[in-house]
Amino acid sequence: MTAKIGYDEVEVGTELPAGRFPVSRDTLVRYAGASGDFNPIHWNERFAKEVGLPDVIAHGMFTMAEAIRVVTDWTGDPGALVEYSVRFTKPVVVPDDDKGAVVEVSAKVAQKLEDRQVRVDIAATSDGQKVLGLARAVVRLA
Amino acid sequence: MALDESFVGRSYPPTAPYEVGREKIREFAQAIGESAGAHTDPEAAKALGYADVIAPPTFVFTVTYRAAGEVIADPELGLDFTRVVHGSQKFAYTRPVCAGDRLSVTSTIEGITTRAGSDFVDLRGDVHDDKGEHVATAWMKLVARAAEDAAGA
Repeated sequence: MTAKIGYDEVEVGTELPAGRFPVSRDTLVRYAGASGDFNPIHWNERFAKEVGLPDVIAHGMFTMAEAIRVVTDWTGDPGALVEYSVRFTKPVVVPDDDKGAVVEVSAKVAQKLEDRQVRVDIAATSDGQKVLGLARAVVRLA
Repeated sequence: MALDESFVGRSYPPTAPYEVGREKIREFAQAIGESAGAHTDPEAAKALGYADVIAPPTFVFTVTYRAAGEVIADPELGLDFTRVVHGSQKFAYTRPVCAGDRLSVTSTIEGITTRAGSDFVDLRGDVHDDKGEHVATAWMKLVARAAEDAAGA
């Protein structure tokens, strides 16, 4: 494992480059196929509305997958991740139009730990709503 | 509907191995828009010290979720899956999932609670390779909402 960021280069408060991840219906169909999660709330508007949702929503795990890219892009080694946890606080609603939705992700170093590890706190929003709560990652740096 | 709390602590037998292929990793990486070479190019993965391409971190959920499906569908537990949403998720990694891995999952029910008509089930999936070595553990909280409530993520 060879993270490109050194432990000694970062401090509490160091901000990671932010990410902006578009999500369309097409994205959700691809994610359903790749992940094996075919719950119709992620692709069938009629079904989603029947169960009380405003529209089709993104898979929580899709949002979780996007949010950690801010951390793995930063370290340059996806395998340097030690821990990652989130709460799914609000769904990402994906309308059937040309724009879809966007997940905006920011992250900063929150704590320096032992063994050259740091805790990174992640914030993810879509349409101004916080979609992940207590999103945290622990990564091992060089 | 209250679930049977005597299920807390119950472990299910290890699943048959899931064999991780390079093209499955590529497909998953593309589905999340991830273009890092470590997921598609064996040479790029080797440069980082891995034997073959590695999966994006959340890929392991696709393996633990299949295993969790057996627990969720256990009629004795009595979970109403039509009301289930994903409340939270955590992973701890010993190493990344790598192409060629044969992964087996042991699922354990860590907790069952009921609050305001909703059932909360905490499931842990321990993922081991075919040498019996730990790869990752996934914790999933499922929420079966009270019948009149709307669904979430």
